[in-house]
Amino acid sequence: MEFKTHISVQNLNIFYRNEQALRNITVDIPDRKITVIIGPSGCGKTTLLKSFNRLIDSVDGVRISGKVLVDGENIFDSKVEVTRIRKKMGLLFQKPYPLPMSIYENVAYGPKIHGIKNKKELDRIVEQYLKQASLWEEVKDRLNQPASNLSVGQQQRLCLARGLAVEPEIILGDEPTSALDPKSSQRIEERFLELKTDYTIVIVTHILRQARRLADYVIFLYLGELIEHGPARDIFENPKVKMTKEYMEGIIS
Amino acid sequence: MDKRKIEENIFRGLMVTSALMIFLSLVMILVTVIRKGLPAMNLAMITQSPKGGYYLGKEGGILNAIVGSSYLAGGATLLATLISLPVVIYLNLYAKRGSRLAAFTRFSFDVLWGVPSIVYGAFGFTIMLFLRLRTSLLGGIIAVSFLILPIMTRAMDEVIRMVPEGLLEASYALGTTRFETALRVVLKQTLPGILTAILIAFGRGIGDAASVIFTAGFTDYIPNSLFRPAATLPLSIFFQLGTPFPEVQERAYASAVILTAVVLIISIISRILTGRFTKHIVK
Repeated sequence: MEFKTHISVQNLNIFYRNEQALRNITVDIPDRKITVIIGPSGCGKTTLLKSFNRLIDSVDGVRISGKVLVDGENIFDSKVEVTRIRKKMGLLFQKPYPLPMSIYENVAYGPKIHGIKNKKELDRIVEQYLKQASLWEEVKDRLNQPASNLSVGQQQRLCLARGLAVEPEIILGDEPTSALDPKSSQRIEERFLELKTDYTIVIVTHILRQARRLADYVIFLYLGELIEHGPARDIFENPKVKMTKEYMEGIIS
Repeated sequence: MDKRKIEENIFRGLMVTSALMIFLSLVMILVTVIRKGLPAMNLAMITQSPKGGYYLGKEGGILNAIVGSSYLAGGATLLATLISLPVVIYLNLYAKRGSRLAAFTRFSFDVLWGVPSIVYGAFGFTIMLFLRLRTSLLGGIIAVSFLILPIMTRAMDEVIRMVPEGLLEASYALGTTRFETALRVVLKQTLPGILTAILIAFGRGIGDAASVIFTAGFTDYIPNSLFRPAATLPLSIFFQLGTPFPEVQERAYASAVILTAVVLIISIISRILTGRFTKHIVK
Protein backbone atom coordinates (compact mmCIF):
# COMPACT_ATOMS: atom_id res chain seq x y z
CA MET A 1 0.00 0.00 0.00
CA GLU A 2 1.46 3.29 -1.12
CA PHE A 3 0.69 6.36 0.93
CA LYS A 4 1.70 9.89 1.71
CA THR A 5 2.72 10.58 5.31
CA HIS A 6 0.71 13.15 7.23
CA ILE A 7 1.92 12.71 10.78
CA SER A 8 5.42 11.40 11.32
CA VAL A 9 6.34 10.26 14.82
CA GLN A 10 10.09 10.02 15.35
CA ASN A 11 11.74 8.51 18.43
CA LEU A 12 8.97 9.74 20.67
CA ASN A 13 9.44 9.12 24.40
CA ILE A 14 6.93 10.35 26.95
CA PHE A 15 7.38 10.15 30.71
CA TYR A 16 4.87 10.85 33.46
CA ARG A 17 7.13 11.73 36.37
CA ASN A 18 9.31 8.62 36.61
CA GLU A 19 7.10 6.36 34.62
CA GLN A 20 7.70 5.93 30.92
CA ALA A 21 4.42 5.91 29.02
CA LEU A 22 5.80 5.71 25.48
CA ARG A 23 9.10 4.12 24.51
CA ASN A 24 10.88 5.31 21.44
CA ILE A 25 7.92 5.28 19.08
CA THR A 26 8.64 5.79 15.40
CA VAL A 27 5.77 5.50 12.96
CA ASP A 28 4.33 7.32 9.96
CA ILE A 29 0.60 7.97 9.82
CA PRO A 30 -0.85 8.05 6.32
CA ASP A 31 -2.68 11.00 4.81
CA ARG A 32 -6.44 10.62 4.27
CA LYS A 33 -6.72 7.14 5.67
CA ILE A 34 -8.10 5.80 8.92
CA THR A 35 -5.32 4.78 11.23
CA VAL A 36 -6.40 2.78 14.25
CA ILE A 37 -4.27 2.51 17.35
CA ILE A 38 -5.00 -0.70 19.21
CA GLY A 39 -3.68 -2.29 22.34
CA PRO A 40 -4.76 -3.17 25.87
CA SER A 41 -5.68 -0.41 28.33
CA GLY A 42 -2.74 1.42 29.84
CA CYS A 43 -0.56 0.72 26.82
CA GLY A 44 -0.12 4.37 25.86
CA LYS A 45 -2.75 4.64 23.11
CA THR A 46 -4.34 7.78 24.51
CA THR A 47 -0.95 9.27 25.38
CA LEU A 48 0.16 8.89 21.77
CA LEU A 49 -3.07 10.42 20.48
CA LYS A 50 -2.97 13.35 22.89
CA SER A 51 0.63 14.08 21.99
CA PHE A 52 -0.51 14.84 18.43
CA ASN A 53 -2.47 17.92 19.46
CA ARG A 54 -0.28 18.63 22.49
CA LEU A 55 -3.05 18.24 25.04
CA ILE A 56 -0.35 16.14 26.68
CA ASP A 57 1.39 19.42 27.61
CA SER A 58 -0.96 20.17 30.46
CA VAL A 59 -0.43 16.82 32.18
CA ASP A 60 1.39 17.22 35.45
CA GLY A 61 5.07 16.25 35.42
CA VAL A 62 5.18 15.21 31.77
CA ARG A 63 8.48 15.03 29.87
CA ILE A 64 8.71 14.57 26.14
CA SER A 65 11.62 13.75 23.86
CA GLY A 66 11.61 13.04 20.15
CA LYS A 67 9.58 14.60 17.40
CA VAL A 68 6.11 14.60 15.95
CA LEU A 69 6.06 16.12 12.49
CA VAL A 70 2.72 17.31 11.15
CA ASP A 71 2.98 18.46 7.54
CA GLY A 72 6.74 18.32 8.10
CA GLU A 73 6.71 20.69 11.09
CA ASN A 74 7.85 19.50 14.53
CA ILE A 75 4.91 20.34 16.79
CA PHE A 76 7.08 20.23 19.93
CA ASP A 77 9.33 22.98 18.58
CA SER A 78 9.29 25.84 21.08
CA LYS A 79 8.49 28.35 18.33
CA VAL A 80 5.28 26.57 17.38
CA GLU A 81 2.03 28.24 18.44
CA VAL A 82 0.06 25.48 20.13
CA THR A 83 -3.37 26.90 19.23
CA ARG A 84 -2.47 26.68 15.53
CA ILE A 85 -1.51 23.01 15.90
CA ARG A 86 -4.74 22.25 17.71
CA LYS A 87 -6.80 24.05 15.09
CA LYS A 88 -5.46 21.55 12.58
CA MET A 89 -7.04 18.68 14.51
CA GLY A 90 -10.51 17.90 15.72
CA LEU A 91 -10.65 15.68 18.78
CA LEU A 92 -13.41 13.38 19.96
CA PHE A 93 -13.25 12.14 23.53
CA GLN A 94 -14.56 8.96 25.11
CA LYS A 95 -17.41 10.94 26.56
CA PRO A 96 -18.86 13.86 24.63
CA TYR A 97 -18.28 17.22 26.26
CA PRO A 98 -20.76 19.74 24.86
CA LEU A 99 -19.82 23.29 25.82
CA PRO A 100 -22.22 25.15 28.13
CA MET A 101 -24.06 26.92 25.32
CA SER A 102 -26.67 26.28 22.65
CA ILE A 103 -26.35 23.72 19.87
CA TYR A 104 -25.71 26.54 17.40
CA GLU A 105 -23.11 28.21 19.62
CA ASN A 106 -21.29 24.93 20.17
CA VAL A 107 -20.57 24.63 16.46
CA ALA A 108 -19.97 28.36 15.98
CA TYR A 109 -17.64 28.54 18.99
CA GLY A 110 -14.44 27.54 17.17
CA PRO A 111 -15.02 29.60 14.01
CA LYS A 112 -15.93 32.65 16.12
CA ILE A 113 -12.72 32.39 18.13
CA HIS A 114 -10.73 32.02 14.94
CA GLY A 115 -12.16 35.27 13.64
CA ILE A 116 -15.39 34.64 11.74
CA LYS A 117 -17.92 37.30 12.79
CA ASN A 118 -20.35 37.44 9.87
CA LYS A 119 -23.70 36.00 10.99
CA LYS A 120 -24.60 34.61 7.55
CA GLU A 121 -21.22 32.96 7.25
CA LEU A 122 -21.63 31.40 10.72
CA ASP A 123 -25.13 30.17 9.85
CA ARG A 124 -23.71 28.51 6.76
CA ILE A 125 -20.86 26.88 8.73
CA VAL A 126 -23.20 25.59 11.43
CA GLU A 127 -25.54 24.05 8.86
CA GLN A 128 -22.75 22.58 6.77
CA TYR A 129 -20.97 20.81 9.61
CA LEU A 130 -24.10 19.67 11.42
CA LYS A 131 -25.07 18.08 8.09
CA GLN A 132 -21.65 16.52 7.74
CA ALA A 133 -21.99 15.05 11.23
CA SER A 134 -25.51 13.90 10.19
CA LEU A 135 -27.14 15.78 13.05
CA TRP A 136 -28.78 18.61 11.10
CA GLU A 137 -32.15 16.95 10.50
CA GLU A 138 -32.56 16.18 14.19
CA VAL A 139 -31.70 19.64 15.51
CA LYS A 140 -32.46 22.16 12.77
CA ASP A 141 -35.63 23.34 14.55
CA ARG A 142 -34.02 23.74 17.96
CA LEU A 143 -30.61 25.20 17.31
CA ASN A 144 -30.98 27.60 20.23
CA GLN A 145 -31.65 24.92 22.79
CA PRO A 146 -28.95 23.90 25.24
CA ALA A 147 -26.59 21.30 23.83
CA SER A 148 -26.85 19.37 27.09
CA ASN A 149 -30.47 18.48 26.23
CA LEU A 150 -29.29 16.21 23.41
CA SER A 151 -28.82 12.48 23.90
CA VAL A 152 -25.28 11.24 24.40
CA GLY A 153 -25.12 9.91 20.86
CA GLN A 154 -26.31 13.23 19.47
CA GLN A 155 -23.84 15.06 21.69
CA GLN A 156 -20.97 13.04 20.25
CA ARG A 157 -22.07 13.96 16.72
CA LEU A 158 -22.36 17.59 17.86
CA CYS A 159 -18.77 17.36 19.11
CA LEU A 160 -17.78 15.99 15.72
CA ALA A 161 -19.48 18.93 13.98
CA ARG A 162 -17.84 21.33 16.42
CA GLY A 163 -14.44 19.85 15.66
CA LEU A 164 -15.00 19.93 11.89
CA ALA A 165 -16.13 23.56 12.03
CA VAL A 166 -12.60 24.81 12.72
CA GLU A 167 -11.63 23.18 9.42
CA PRO A 168 -9.00 20.75 10.63
CA GLU A 169 -6.94 18.42 8.45
CA ILE A 170 -6.92 15.64 10.98
CA ILE A 171 -9.59 14.03 13.15
CA LEU A 172 -8.46 12.34 16.34
CA GLY A 173 -10.77 10.01 18.24
CA ASP A 174 -10.03 8.65 21.70
CA GLU A 175 -12.36 5.65 21.91
CA PRO A 176 -15.05 7.93 20.49
CA THR A 177 -17.83 5.37 20.62
CA SER A 178 -17.17 3.85 24.03
CA ALA A 179 -19.95 5.81 25.78
CA LEU A 180 -22.45 5.31 22.97
CA ASP A 181 -25.16 2.77 22.28
CA PRO A 182 -24.62 0.44 19.28
CA LYS A 183 -26.83 2.47 16.94
CA SER A 184 -25.05 5.74 17.74
CA SER A 185 -21.67 4.02 17.47
CA GLN A 186 -22.59 2.81 14.04
CA ARG A 187 -23.54 6.33 12.91
CA ILE A 188 -20.19 7.70 14.14
CA GLU A 189 -18.33 4.91 12.34
CA GLU A 190 -20.22 5.64 9.13
CA ARG A 191 -19.19 9.31 9.42
CA PHE A 192 -15.53 8.31 9.76
CA LEU A 193 -15.68 6.16 6.64
CA GLU A 194 -17.18 9.10 4.71
CA LEU A 195 -14.79 11.67 6.14
CA LYS A 196 -11.59 9.81 5.32
CA THR A 197 -11.72 11.05 1.75
CA ASP A 198 -10.98 14.55 3.05
CA TYR A 199 -9.35 14.04 6.41
CA THR A 200 -6.61 12.05 8.04
CA ILE A 201 -8.29 10.12 10.83
CA VAL A 202 -6.58 8.56 13.84
CA ILE A 203 -8.70 6.54 16.25
CA VAL A 204 -7.82 4.83 19.48
CA THR A 205 -9.93 1.81 20.28
CA HIS A 206 -9.78 -1.33 22.32
CA ILE A 207 -12.58 -2.92 20.32
CA LEU A 208 -10.91 -5.17 17.78
CA ARG A 209 -14.03 -5.56 15.66
CA GLN A 210 -14.29 -1.82 15.35
CA ALA A 211 -10.64 -1.69 14.32
CA ARG A 212 -11.32 -4.27 11.62
CA ARG A 213 -14.32 -2.32 10.35
CA LEU A 214 -12.52 1.00 10.13
CA ALA A 215 -8.80 0.61 9.79
CA ASP A 216 -6.71 1.21 6.71
CA TYR A 217 -3.60 1.25 8.81
CA VAL A 218 -3.01 -0.25 12.25
CA ILE A 219 -0.64 0.58 15.06
CA PHE A 220 -0.36 -1.98 17.85
CA LEU A 221 1.03 -0.74 21.16
CA TYR A 222 1.83 -2.83 24.19
CA LEU A 223 3.10 -1.36 27.49
CA GLY A 224 4.30 1.81 25.79
CA GLU A 225 6.14 0.04 23.02
CA LEU A 226 5.29 -0.07 19.36
CA ILE A 227 4.99 -3.79 18.66
CA GLU A 228 3.86 -3.74 15.07
CA HIS A 229 2.37 -1.38 12.53
CA GLY A 230 1.32 -1.67 8.94
CA PRO A 231 -1.60 -1.74 6.51
CA ALA A 232 -4.71 -3.18 8.14
CA ARG A 233 -4.90 -6.29 6.01
CA ASP A 234 -1.31 -7.30 6.83
CA ILE A 235 -1.74 -6.77 10.56
CA PHE A 236 -5.08 -8.52 10.86
CA GLU A 237 -4.46 -11.41 8.51
CA ASN A 238 -0.77 -11.90 8.65
CA PRO A 239 0.86 -10.37 11.72
CA LYS A 240 4.61 -10.76 11.77
CA VAL A 241 5.06 -10.49 15.52
CA LYS A 242 3.83 -13.27 17.78
CA MET A 243 2.50 -10.82 20.34
CA THR A 244 0.25 -9.12 17.76
CA LYS A 245 -1.14 -12.48 16.76
CA GLU A 246 -1.79 -13.38 20.39
CA TYR A 247 -3.57 -10.07 20.95
CA MET A 248 -5.76 -10.60 17.90
CA GLU A 249 -6.67 -14.04 19.14
CA GLY A 250 -7.42 -12.76 22.62
CA ILE A 251 -4.61 -14.67 24.29
CA ILE A 252 -3.21 -11.44 25.75
CA SER A 253 -5.36 -8.45 26.50
CA MET B 1 -33.91 -4.67 64.58
CA ASP B 2 -30.45 -5.40 63.37
CA LYS B 3 -27.47 -3.33 64.39
CA ARG B 4 -26.81 -1.65 61.07
CA LYS B 5 -30.39 -0.44 60.84
CA ILE B 6 -30.17 1.07 64.35
CA GLU B 7 -26.90 2.78 63.48
CA GLU B 8 -28.47 4.19 60.32
CA ASN B 9 -31.44 5.56 62.29
CA ILE B 10 -29.30 7.12 65.02
CA PHE B 11 -27.20 9.02 62.53
CA ARG B 12 -30.17 10.03 60.45
CA GLY B 13 -31.71 11.39 63.67
CA LEU B 14 -28.57 13.37 64.51
CA MET B 15 -28.49 14.90 61.03
CA VAL B 16 -32.13 15.91 61.10
CA THR B 17 -31.66 17.41 64.58
CA SER B 18 -28.73 19.57 63.53
CA ALA B 19 -30.53 20.69 60.39
CA LEU B 20 -33.57 21.64 62.49
CA MET B 21 -31.41 23.47 65.04
CA ILE B 22 -29.89 25.65 62.33
CA PHE B 23 -33.25 26.32 60.78
CA LEU B 24 -34.83 27.14 64.16
CA SER B 25 -31.99 29.49 65.13
CA LEU B 26 -32.55 31.39 61.92
CA VAL B 27 -36.29 31.54 62.53
CA MET B 28 -35.77 32.68 66.13
CA ILE B 29 -33.37 35.43 65.10
CA LEU B 30 -35.79 36.63 62.44
CA VAL B 31 -38.79 36.44 64.78
CA THR B 32 -36.99 38.35 67.55
CA VAL B 33 -35.75 41.03 65.21
CA ILE B 34 -39.09 41.45 63.48
CA ARG B 35 -41.18 41.33 66.67
CA LYS B 36 -39.02 43.91 68.43
CA GLY B 37 -38.42 46.01 65.36
CA LEU B 38 -41.80 46.10 63.69
CA PRO B 39 -43.44 48.59 66.09
CA ALA B 40 -40.70 51.11 65.31
CA MET B 41 -40.84 50.53 61.59
CA ASN B 42 -42.27 53.33 59.50
CA LEU B 43 -41.69 55.00 56.19
CA ALA B 44 -39.47 57.65 57.75
CA MET B 45 -36.98 54.94 58.78
CA ILE B 46 -36.11 54.23 55.18
CA THR B 47 -36.70 57.62 53.61
CA GLN B 48 -35.04 60.06 56.01
CA SER B 49 -31.65 60.65 57.47
CA PRO B 50 -31.36 61.14 61.25
CA LYS B 51 -32.69 64.54 62.33
CA GLY B 52 -31.28 66.34 65.35
CA GLY B 53 -31.93 64.24 68.45
CA TYR B 54 -32.70 61.07 66.50
CA TYR B 55 -30.68 59.02 68.94
CA LEU B 56 -32.68 60.50 71.81
CA GLY B 57 -35.92 59.32 70.24
CA LYS B 58 -36.72 62.28 68.00
CA GLU B 59 -37.61 62.13 64.30
CA GLY B 60 -35.68 60.81 61.40
CA GLY B 61 -34.59 57.53 59.85
CA ILE B 62 -31.54 55.59 58.83
CA LEU B 63 -31.41 56.37 55.11
CA ASN B 64 -27.83 57.52 55.70
CA ALA B 65 -26.85 54.01 56.80
CA ILE B 66 -28.90 52.22 54.15
CA VAL B 67 -27.27 54.22 51.37
CA GLY B 68 -23.86 54.17 53.07
CA SER B 69 -23.92 50.41 53.56
CA SER B 70 -25.11 49.79 50.01
CA TYR B 71 -22.38 51.97 48.53
CA LEU B 72 -19.80 50.44 50.80
CA ALA B 73 -20.70 46.78 50.43
CA GLY B 74 -21.41 47.25 46.72
CA GLY B 75 -18.07 48.97 46.13
CA ALA B 76 -16.16 46.44 48.20
CA THR B 77 -17.87 43.51 46.44
CA LEU B 78 -17.03 45.00 43.06
CA LEU B 79 -13.41 45.56 44.04
CA ALA B 80 -13.09 42.07 45.55
CA THR B 81 -14.68 40.47 42.46
CA LEU B 82 -12.20 42.25 40.20
CA ILE B 83 -9.37 40.76 42.25
CA SER B 84 -10.91 37.32 42.92
CA LEU B 85 -11.78 36.36 39.36
CA PRO B 86 -8.25 36.69 37.97
CA VAL B 87 -6.87 34.87 41.01
CA VAL B 88 -9.18 31.86 40.70
CA ILE B 89 -8.75 31.70 36.94
CA TYR B 90 -5.00 31.69 37.41
CA LEU B 91 -5.17 29.03 40.13
CA ASN B 92 -7.36 26.70 38.10
CA LEU B 93 -6.42 27.22 34.47
CA TYR B 94 -2.88 28.53 34.41
CA ALA B 95 -1.09 27.14 37.44
CA LYS B 96 0.04 23.54 36.96
CA ARG B 97 -1.53 21.01 39.24
CA GLY B 98 0.65 20.64 42.31
CA SER B 99 2.02 24.14 41.82
CA ARG B 100 3.56 25.49 45.03
CA LEU B 101 2.37 29.01 44.32
CA ALA B 102 -1.21 27.79 43.95
CA ALA B 103 -1.05 25.72 47.12
CA PHE B 104 0.46 28.61 49.04
CA THR B 105 -2.18 31.04 47.73
CA ARG B 106 -5.02 28.73 48.75
CA PHE B 107 -3.47 28.22 52.17
CA SER B 108 -3.05 31.98 52.65
CA PHE B 109 -6.69 32.62 51.82
CA ASP B 110 -7.76 29.89 54.26
CA VAL B 111 -5.77 31.60 57.01
CA LEU B 112 -6.99 35.07 56.05
CA TRP B 113 -10.55 33.79 56.24
CA GLY B 114 -10.08 33.31 59.97
CA VAL B 115 -8.65 36.74 60.68
CA PRO B 116 -11.09 38.83 62.81
CA SER B 117 -12.66 41.73 60.97
CA ILE B 118 -11.33 44.29 63.47
CA VAL B 119 -7.83 43.36 62.26
CA TYR B 120 -8.85 44.18 58.70
CA GLY B 121 -10.22 47.46 60.05
CA ALA B 122 -6.92 48.26 61.73
CA PHE B 123 -4.97 47.18 58.66
CA GLY B 124 -7.18 49.32 56.43
CA PHE B 125 -6.60 52.19 58.81
CA THR B 126 -2.79 51.95 58.49
CA ILE B 127 -3.14 51.93 54.71
CA MET B 128 -5.33 55.02 54.96
CA LEU B 129 -2.69 56.76 57.05
CA PHE B 130 -0.13 55.87 54.43
CA LEU B 131 -2.34 57.26 51.65
CA ARG B 132 -3.27 60.25 53.86
CA LEU B 133 -6.96 59.38 53.64
CA ARG B 134 -9.41 60.44 56.33
CA THR B 135 -12.22 58.17 57.43
CA SER B 136 -14.12 57.86 54.20
CA LEU B 137 -16.27 55.69 51.99
CA LEU B 138 -13.13 54.78 50.03
CA GLY B 139 -11.29 53.72 53.19
CA GLY B 140 -14.23 51.56 54.19
CA ILE B 141 -14.45 50.00 50.74
CA ILE B 142 -10.77 49.07 50.88
CA ALA B 143 -11.03 47.55 54.37
CA VAL B 144 -14.21 45.59 53.60
CA SER B 145 -12.81 44.30 50.32
CA PHE B 146 -9.85 42.90 52.26
CA LEU B 147 -12.30 41.25 54.62
CA ILE B 148 -14.40 39.59 51.93
CA LEU B 149 -11.64 38.78 49.46
CA PRO B 150 -10.63 35.44 51.06
CA ILE B 151 -14.26 34.35 51.38
CA MET B 152 -15.09 35.19 47.80
CA THR B 153 -11.89 33.74 46.36
CA ARG B 154 -12.12 30.41 48.12
CA ALA B 155 -15.82 30.05 47.34
CA MET B 156 -15.17 30.75 43.63
CA ASP B 157 -12.14 28.48 43.67
CA GLU B 158 -14.15 25.52 44.91
CA VAL B 159 -16.74 26.08 42.19
CA ILE B 160 -14.26 26.39 39.33
CA ARG B 161 -12.34 23.35 40.55
CA MET B 162 -15.45 21.30 39.87
CA VAL B 163 -15.29 22.02 36.13
CA PRO B 164 -14.39 18.70 34.50
CA GLU B 165 -10.94 18.54 32.90
CA GLY B 166 -12.58 17.13 29.76
CA LEU B 167 -14.64 20.28 29.25
CA LEU B 168 -11.48 22.40 29.33
CA GLU B 169 -9.70 20.00 26.98
CA ALA B 170 -12.68 20.02 24.61
CA SER B 171 -12.28 23.78 24.35
CA TYR B 172 -8.47 23.73 24.11
CA ALA B 173 -8.68 21.08 21.39
CA LEU B 174 -10.44 23.62 19.16
CA GLY B 175 -7.37 25.82 19.30
CA THR B 176 -8.54 28.28 21.95
CA THR B 177 -6.26 29.98 24.43
CA ARG B 178 -6.68 29.51 28.17
CA PHE B 179 -8.07 33.00 28.44
CA GLU B 180 -10.74 32.42 25.79
CA THR B 181 -11.67 29.17 27.50
CA ALA B 182 -11.87 30.89 30.88
CA LEU B 183 -14.10 33.65 29.57
CA ARG B 184 -16.40 31.73 27.27
CA VAL B 185 -16.62 28.28 28.83
CA VAL B 186 -15.55 28.28 32.47
CA LEU B 187 -17.36 31.43 33.57
CA LYS B 188 -20.50 30.39 31.72
CA GLN B 189 -20.45 26.94 33.24
CA THR B 190 -19.85 28.19 36.79
CA LEU B 191 -21.95 31.36 36.75
CA PRO B 192 -24.41 30.28 39.49
CA GLY B 193 -21.56 29.28 41.78
CA ILE B 194 -19.64 32.49 41.06
CA LEU B 195 -22.78 34.46 41.84
CA THR B 196 -23.22 32.59 45.13
CA ALA B 197 -19.63 33.43 46.04
CA ILE B 198 -20.26 37.10 45.27
CA LEU B 199 -23.50 37.13 47.28
CA ILE B 200 -21.93 35.41 50.30
CA ALA B 201 -19.16 37.98 50.22
CA PHE B 202 -21.64 40.83 49.84
CA GLY B 203 -23.66 39.57 52.81
CA ARG B 204 -20.54 39.30 54.92
CA GLY B 205 -19.43 42.78 53.86
CA ILE B 206 -22.70 44.56 54.49
CA GLY B 207 -23.09 42.94 57.90
CA ASP B 208 -19.69 43.74 59.33
CA ALA B 209 -19.20 46.52 61.88
CA ALA B 210 -15.64 46.15 63.13
CA SER B 211 -13.88 46.65 59.81
CA VAL B 212 -15.69 49.93 59.08
CA ILE B 213 -15.57 51.60 62.48
CA PHE B 214 -12.13 53.16 61.93
CA THR B 215 -12.20 53.28 58.18
CA ALA B 216 -15.59 54.50 56.97
CA GLY B 217 -16.39 56.32 60.18
CA PHE B 218 -19.99 57.35 60.79
CA THR B 219 -22.09 60.30 59.79
CA ASP B 220 -25.70 61.40 59.74
CA TYR B 221 -25.36 62.48 56.14
CA ILE B 222 -25.52 60.51 52.94
CA PRO B 223 -22.01 60.38 51.45
CA ASN B 224 -21.73 62.35 48.20
CA SER B 225 -18.12 61.49 47.50
CA LEU B 226 -15.68 58.61 47.97
CA PHE B 227 -13.68 60.84 50.29
CA ARG B 228 -16.50 61.56 52.75
CA PRO B 229 -17.28 59.39 55.76
CA ALA B 230 -20.15 56.95 55.34
CA ALA B 231 -22.65 55.52 57.82
CA THR B 232 -23.25 51.78 57.85
CA LEU B 233 -26.19 49.69 59.03
CA PRO B 234 -24.29 47.54 61.56
CA LEU B 235 -22.80 50.62 63.24
CA SER B 236 -26.15 52.35 63.12
CA ILE B 237 -27.70 49.36 64.89
CA PHE B 238 -24.87 49.38 67.42
CA PHE B 239 -25.30 53.07 68.25
CA GLN B 240 -29.08 52.79 68.57
CA LEU B 241 -28.88 49.70 70.78
CA GLY B 242 -26.34 51.53 72.92
CA THR B 243 -28.74 54.29 73.89
CA PRO B 244 -30.69 54.02 77.13
CA PHE B 245 -34.00 54.76 75.38
CA PRO B 246 -36.28 51.79 74.64
CA GLU B 247 -37.86 53.51 71.63
CA VAL B 248 -34.43 54.02 70.06
CA GLN B 249 -33.48 50.42 70.86
CA GLU B 250 -36.64 49.35 69.02
CA ARG B 251 -35.41 51.28 66.01
CA ALA B 252 -32.18 49.27 66.20
CA TYR B 253 -34.21 46.13 65.67
CA ALA B 254 -36.10 47.80 62.85
CA SER B 255 -32.72 48.63 61.30
CA ALA B 256 -31.74 44.98 61.57
CA VAL B 257 -34.91 44.05 59.69
CA ILE B 258 -33.93 46.55 57.01
CA LEU B 259 -30.40 45.10 56.81
CA THR B 260 -31.79 41.59 56.39
CA ALA B 261 -34.25 42.83 53.77
CA VAL B 262 -31.50 44.56 51.78
CA VAL B 263 -29.47 41.32 51.62
CA LEU B 264 -32.58 39.34 50.70
CA ILE B 265 -33.66 41.74 47.95
CA ILE B 266 -30.18 41.87 46.43
CA SER B 267 -29.99 38.04 46.45
CA ILE B 268 -33.37 37.62 44.80
CA ILE B 269 -32.72 40.25 42.14
CA SER B 270 -29.37 38.75 41.18
CA ARG B 271 -30.82 35.23 41.03
CA ILE B 272 -33.53 36.45 38.68
CA LEU B 273 -31.06 38.36 36.53
CA THR B 274 -28.67 35.42 36.13
CA GLY B 275 -31.33 32.70 35.95
CA ARG B 276 -31.73 33.22 32.23
CA PHE B 277 -28.02 32.77 31.57
CA THR B 278 -27.74 29.41 33.27
CA LYS B 279 -29.87 27.15 31.11
CA HIS B 280 -26.91 25.99 29.04
CA ILE B 281 -24.91 24.60 31.91
CA VAL B 282 -23.63 21.10 31.29
CA LYS B 283 -24.44 18.74 34.11
